[in-house]
Amino acid sequence: MKKIVISLTLFFFIIVFVISSLIPKEREESKLNLLKEKIAQKKAIVHHDHSRYDILKKKFNSPKEVTEACMTCHVEEAREVMKSNHWNWESPQYIKGRGVVYIGKKNAINNFCLGTEGNELACAKCHVGFGMTSSKTFNFKDSTNIDCLICHDNTETYAKAPEKGGAPVATLDLSFVAQNVGAPKRTNCGVCHFFGGGGNNVKHGDLEKSMFEPNKEIDVHMAAEGSNLTCVDCHITKEHNISGQMYSLASSNRNRVYCEECHTETPHEDGILNKHTLKVACQTCHIPIYAKVNATKTFWDWSTAAKLKNGKPYEEDDADGNHTYLSTKGSFKWGKKLKPEYIWFNGTASHYLAGDRIADTTQPLILNPLNGAYSDLDSKIIPVKVMITNQCFDPVYQILSLPKLFSPTPGEGAFWTDFNCLRALDVGMKEIGLPFSGKLSFIETKMNWPVNHMVSTKENSVKCNECHTQNHSRIAGVKGFYMPARDSNSIIETAGFGLILLSLLGVFVHGIVRIYSSYKLKKRG
Amino acid sequence: MKEKIYIYRAFERFWHWMQSLLIIFLGLTGFEIHGTISFFGYRNAVAYHNIAAYSFIVLIIFAIFWHFATGEWKQYLPTAKNLKAQINFYLFGIFKNAPHPTKRIVLSKLNPLQKLVYLGLKLLVIPVMVFSGLIYMNYRYPQEGGGVEGLNIGSIEPVALFHTAGAFLLLAFVIVHLYLITTGTTITSNLKAMVTGFEETENNEETERLKETENYNDNKQLSEVTNG
Ligand code: HEM
Repeated sequence: MKKIVISLTLFFFIIVFVISSLIPKEREESKLNLLKEKIAQKKAIVHHDHSRYDILKKKFNSPKEVTEACMTCHVEEAREVMKSNHWNWESPQYIKGRGVVYIGKKNAINNFCLGTEGNELACAKCHVGFGMTSSKTFNFKDSTNIDCLICHDNTETYAKAPEKGGAPVATLDLSFVAQNVGAPKRTNCGVCHFFGGGGNNVKHGDLEKSMFEPNKEIDVHMAAEGSNLTCVDCHITKEHNISGQMYSLASSNRNRVYCEECHTETPHEDGILNKHTLKVACQTCHIPIYAKVNATKTFWDWSTAAKLKNGKPYEEDDADGNHTYLSTKGSFKWGKKLKPEYIWFNGTASHYLAGDRIADTTQPLILNPLNGAYSDLDSKIIPVKVMITNQCFDPVYQILSLPKLFSPTPGEGAFWTDFNCLRALDVGMKEIGLPFSGKLSFIETKMNWPVNHMVSTKENSVKCNECHTQNHSRIAGVKGFYMPARDSNSIIETAGFGLILLSLLGVFVHGIVRIYSSYKLKKRG
Repeated sequence: MKEKIYIYRAFERFWHWMQSLLIIFLGLTGFEIHGTISFFGYRNAVAYHNIAAYSFIVLIIFAIFWHFATGEWKQYLPTAKNLKAQINFYLFGIFKNAPHPTKRIVLSKLNPLQKLVYLGLKLLVIPVMVFSGLIYMNYRYPQEGGGVEGLNIGSIEPVALFHTAGAFLLLAFVIVHLYLITTGTTITSNLKAMVTGFEETENNEETERLKETENYNDNKQLSEVTNG
């Protein structure tokens, strides 16, 4: 008896010790609180008041005059802007197997409005400059073409005019805007980045107008009742080079923004969760759904475009007011509250560039394959929005063909005014200097849009068994490794369950026979 | 004449029941981690499995100590003698109310089949579970810089497969074991023995003789001693 008591107490103490050493400490909360304090201090910095400068008080007759006024002080800044992607619409990127190429809006192909070349007058609404009628003729060396206000206007009144090559609307009080400049606010970034692809949330899915004033459910970082961060709080900018890049255009693993910069690589109280961070990006668990408020475009079929009613283009909308058909663009599908798809990613990407021969036209063409694998030490699992499009391709030359889309004057072959596919393709391909056979076919293309925003509260993050499960695991398609619950070995499963079944059966039969025979023995005996 | 003999000592009984609880609990949480059942919630299952696993290891260390300190380890030395008779008993004799071919006594509390199975568990299955489990808990993905290189594992798959296979074996063992408890002299005598330490048996001359002639703790000739 004494021995039982002694060993029981001993064991009890050991268990208490083990459990207490495993119980999570309050570390994480304090870490997060420190971070919040740091952010609060940063917010207290007051920005420079520009309204006291006389040169900004005069009446400006053109936006260029504002830029000139800015540059009386900010000479170096102008040079910096002219080195930036926002200005150049391209940047040197290294693509494995291809070398260094210059990629950007200028020449890249996407599966939304396909390409900017030949359509600059419309597309340049989102260029930090004035007067871009063509990226070939635009003077990238003339600093008076810089549009300072689109990023630095703090009045929320500055706006660019549609289809004017980047010029602001004519009725603005430029003097008022110029006196009220400051660091970019969410609105400055959002007017372009939330509306890419020609409408709210068309492209990204995680960047849209609800992010101007999100609540905590939409985005913990930008919510007013949260940290109330602006875009540039995370996208830290030095010398007008804004950190962060989008793999629709970028290829190299550089200038990226990482959650870890603030949160460290081991932000959790739970060691097992911290172990995940080596292979799983923060976004994967902390952005369970995107397009939380408004739908994002998920599918685009160019092949149905150009249908006319009574000789006139028309549109059809869904219940939320999203276009489901436009004569100019074809048919669309939209999605709201979407679960991302998941993919290994090491920070490098490849790109389909205009004129690249498509090797296998029976498979969907991925326009921006993201590189990565389990075995690659730099890779993590990231969430992506996959955009699928049925787009024009030339079956003879086996290249994607790009139509001329926009022109202010009818008769120049632009698709959106003339609705003649073949002519638009002919003109479009000529403008970018590529051949067109005169034949039109369609091919399915895919693009990966990494999802990085709309971070949910930690209570709403992805639960263990949304991935660790045999049925419909979120990462069912992410291959190359063994994951408990998702994976098992069919031989061991069959043998194992077989063994269990046999044991149960054996025990059952043995028991029955025993009961029966003892009953018989008793009767006999 | 009925007689009570003392078979399982206090620590042994404590160890046995702790072990059975832990194995069943590890099995439950383990198969939740494996995706077979869902009961505790995945995250809890992982946390509980880890805590139970460490407790299990502590218990095993104590048990090893005890087995060597008392010499009880010799109980598990396998013997071919009567092995066939024991198998025959379970397959045929038991239905005819035949006597157990091997009598339980303090010096030889396990029948030859038990010896073999328990030795297999102790030397093979449990160590496989502990070591694969420890690796599963503490391995690292290959990474640059820092840490113990030796714990870098490219794929946890083989480790997980051994661990899963072992879990199936243990589960099967538990099922059969639970049933075999009922095959003692009476349905409950085995259970009572593990609870109280005392087993009620028919008086047996040889037991008496052994008890008289042999020292209670001197187990030297243990492996030879089996009744039939
Ligand atoms: C000291 C002994 C043990 C240790 C250290 C251990 C440790 C582990 C660990 C670390 C895991 C991986 C899940 C996780 O990360 O928490 C695991 C999984 C598992 N354990 Fe154990 N365990 C032990 C004993 C057992 C026992 C006795 C059983 C069954 C009776 C068992 C059944 C399982 C099963 C079925 C899995 C899931 C395997 C898979 O699907 O990959 N474990 N164990």
